[in-house]
Amino acid sequence: MNDLVEVRAGVYHDSVSLMRVSQALAGRPGVSVAIVAMATELNVGLACDAGFSVPPATPGDLLVAIRASSEDAVQEAACELERQLAARGAASGSRREEAPPRTTRSAARAAARSAARSGDATVALVSVPGEYAFLEAVDAVEAGISVMIFSDNVPVEQEILLKDRAREQGVLVMGPDCGTAVIGGAGLGFANVLRPGPVGVVAASGTGAQQVTSLLDLAGVGVSHLLGVGGRDLSAEVGGRSTIQALRALDADPATELIVLVSKPPAAEVARAVQDLGLGTKVVAALLGPGQDDLTTAVERVLGALGREVPEWPAWPASPAEHAVSEGTSGPAGDAVRGPLRGLYSGGTLCTEAALIAGTGEFTDFGDDEYTRGRAHPMIDPTLRLEALDAVESGVVLLDVVLGQGADPDPSARLAPGVARACERGVAVVVALVGTDGDPQGLRAQAARLNEAGAAVFTSNAAAARHARELARAHAGA
Amino acid sequence: MTSMTLSMLSREPHVITAGTAVLGEALDQQAVARIEVDWRPPLPGTAAALARVLADPRRERANATAVGRMVSARPMLVGVRPARDVLGLEPGTFLHAGPPITWERASGPMRGALIGAMLFEGLASSPKDAEDRLAAGSGITLDSCHHHRTVGPMAGLVSPSMWMLEVTDAEHGGTAYCSLNEGLGKVLRYGAYGPEVIDRLRWMGDVLGPVLRAALDRSGPLDLRALVAQALQMGDELHNRNRAATSLMVRELAPAIVEAAPEHAAEVLRFINGNDHFFLNAGMAAAKVSADAARDVPGSSLVVAMARNGTDFGIQVSGLGDRWFTGPAGVPDGLYLGAYGPADANPDIGDSTITETTGLGGFAMAAAPAIVRFVGGDVSDAVAATTSMYEITLAEHPAYQIPGLGFRGTPVGVDVTLVARTGVLPVVNTGIAGRVAGTGQVGAGLVSPPVEAFTAALEALAKA
Repeated sequence: MNDLVEVRAGVYHDSVSLMRVSQALAGRPGVSVAIVAMATELNVGLACDAGFSVPPATPGDLLVAIRASSEDAVQEAACELERQLAARGAASGSRREEAPPRTTRSAARAAARSAARSGDATVALVSVPGEYAFLEAVDAVEAGISVMIFSDNVPVEQEILLKDRAREQGVLVMGPDCGTAVIGGAGLGFANVLRPGPVGVVAASGTGAQQVTSLLDLAGVGVSHLLGVGGRDLSAEVGGRSTIQALRALDADPATELIVLVSKPPAAEVARAVQDLGLGTKVVAALLGPGQDDLTTAVERVLGALGREVPEWPAWPASPAEHAVSEGTSGPAGDAVRGPLRGLYSGGTLCTEAALIAGTGEFTDFGDDEYTRGRAHPMIDPTLRLEALDAVESGVVLLDVVLGQGADPDPSARLAPGVARACERGVAVVVALVGTDGDPQGLRAQAARLNEAGAAVFTSNAAAARHARELARAHAGA
Repeated sequence: MTSMTLSMLSREPHVITAGTAVLGEALDQQAVARIEVDWRPPLPGTAAALARVLADPRRERANATAVGRMVSARPMLVGVRPARDVLGLEPGTFLHAGPPITWERASGPMRGALIGAMLFEGLASSPKDAEDRLAAGSGITLDSCHHHRTVGPMAGLVSPSMWMLEVTDAEHGGTAYCSLNEGLGKVLRYGAYGPEVIDRLRWMGDVLGPVLRAALDRSGPLDLRALVAQALQMGDELHNRNRAATSLMVRELAPAIVEAAPEHAAEVLRFINGNDHFFLNAGMAAAKVSADAARDVPGSSLVVAMARNGTDFGIQVSGLGDRWFTGPAGVPDGLYLGAYGPADANPDIGDSTITETTGLGGFAMAAAPAIVRFVGGDVSDAVAATTSMYEITLAEHPAYQIPGLGFRGTPVGVDVTLVARTGVLPVVNTGIAGRVAGTGQVGAGLVSPPVEAFTAALEALAKA
């Protein structure tokens, strides 16, 4: 085995970009391990665990650790690394005389200087590591720019402080841990491509909002704006600070005729504060929790309020083998499928909704911090979920696939073979596919690929969960 | 009901992105206008202090107030007077550049300048005698120029008999002082103390100072803000190049000099004309009075002094009073005179970084294409130096503009939080003194301040 270990002082790239580079290197012939990452304690630990001896480094340095079967393979991987990093540099760098801004503050100033060309910046999207997100977000608020904080792990005191300053400045803080927003037609973070329309959405739940807006889109109803507020906004502590701002703003927006509020049930006093706003625009609540409508039902209420037909939500039933199982008859694999229901989710809200509906089974949210520390979100990188799927020997697996901007450009490319392998083992696979016909991945093409691999595919997560529940019951009863 | 409008809902989206590249690329795929932040983590160990300082509700307004004062100052050269009169200096008291220092820790050029000042004041009979008395310390008081509204280039030595330029701020009412510039080569400020150095200082006290005072009395105050603004547009950056400013100053003062002292006019004008840096000291006093206007704003993270004593590089911050935050002075990277080389260079020295403190010098490098060799070779290096300073400064100067950047104001007002966030350090142009006492100037170039001065100030702000 040949090792290459290097620490490059002061070279910075974001973690997702570096994971892409690592993945490209690891896929080369002869390469068994490739770690290209910022030298954080975690990443240095990973490299040490893999048997590399890492020289002293700080989190501001780039760590390169490559192991390959031959010296040539190491050298070739090193060349590829240079090529990939240079490509990244060329993409982000520009002429030296026009150095890119180093802070959000500076970027806001640059935007203001070039205002004649493209106008002042309207919103900042902050996705730096959580401990630094506050610094960039404060810059935006002080510059009078609304900010979406995609980062998680931001202390709640900082969230409250930001939201109070934002109110003084007349701007909105979306987040922290805000996964999706659609503003003036631009999708920020993980965002489905939505047709423009009369429904404004305020969401304390990213994937919940994606489910709601995707179903509206499938029903032919468009969205004016989707404003995320962060999962903690409606807690007693944060007190709905951004929700209130966002509701008022949509109330004043001439394009918005109806507002949907997507959230976990808010703290009681927060719910009262929100109800007491006295808005002129009708608000439909889509609340997630025991005793509440599921999101699909909430969307159907919205359609009712708009006087629109509720369509048949697109679904692609599984191939006959899986059907046979679901109907309790003994197929070729009939005996093998007995086993529990496993939920392998990338979206936290979708996971919660499915678990509530299923009422049984073991559900894992791979988008949770526990699984995203040091690696990309499962909507971008399916590795962990695939490993979990491959480990299921029997029973029913329910998983979500979320399409849209920012997400994996072709999720079925890696998931469909995993689904097929599971089905061959006799596992029944049910997929909740959240997306629209406008999404770059192609909703129907993704559905077809997953369906051909053996999965039952639903555009409604609630319908998928019910179907999985029935399958699991059928197994239990068989 | 309070109505609330968000401009982002009605405008064409234009997004700033900081962080994960894929999220930015997703916007590019939608053809959404975007500005990308070239984000990197802040300096190691500063995250908690940064969060605390940025959360300080006073900071934004305090910084606006402080830097507003700095850029609105209107420095006027109003007089030339002996230090003993204007500063009340007693015999045996010497002011020096940079943060406070003792004889024991003083570098070669600082010691050389102290020896020269002892000789000049008649407090020692020989260099050896001066050295012994300074080492013994009795009857000797050393203090930082900055503690006395004063700045001095290089060693920055001020003794009671030296004549000082007196600059007042017509906007905020402050006053600041700087000594008279001796010229280049073997001069006291670079640590030389030979007979020609002492003779020149005597002539400056006997002739130059009184003549300039008489001339100023005739001409009235000289508007240094206007003069600096013009010089920037004539290729000076006002630290390592003062040729245009010196010429403008001579043009303003020459008739009054001739009228006030016809018998000395020729030698005075010849002296000033022979020294392209004559204006530097007036510019430094102007910078000092501007920076002092920005002092003592509670909560402000604005740097109001950067200064070196040849051993330490120190900064002071508006919200932190007179405290110094120091680190070791670096050895400048530059070009050398004659046969001198880097081995002959003393660590960074002088109060002339007051020019960078107020957005001139290295910060205005893009205005001075004639001296770009100091910063690496070509004009794009100079532009890059200035452009990078906008990342760590609070404002753009309304009067000091750079023609080559479309008359953009110079980057002014270093914010310690921005230094910690970007890791970008102030670009400082400087002369280089010989490390051995008595040598004088050996070159000129660029130097980086020590990062710990800024992180220490940040920590102090976080506790303030």
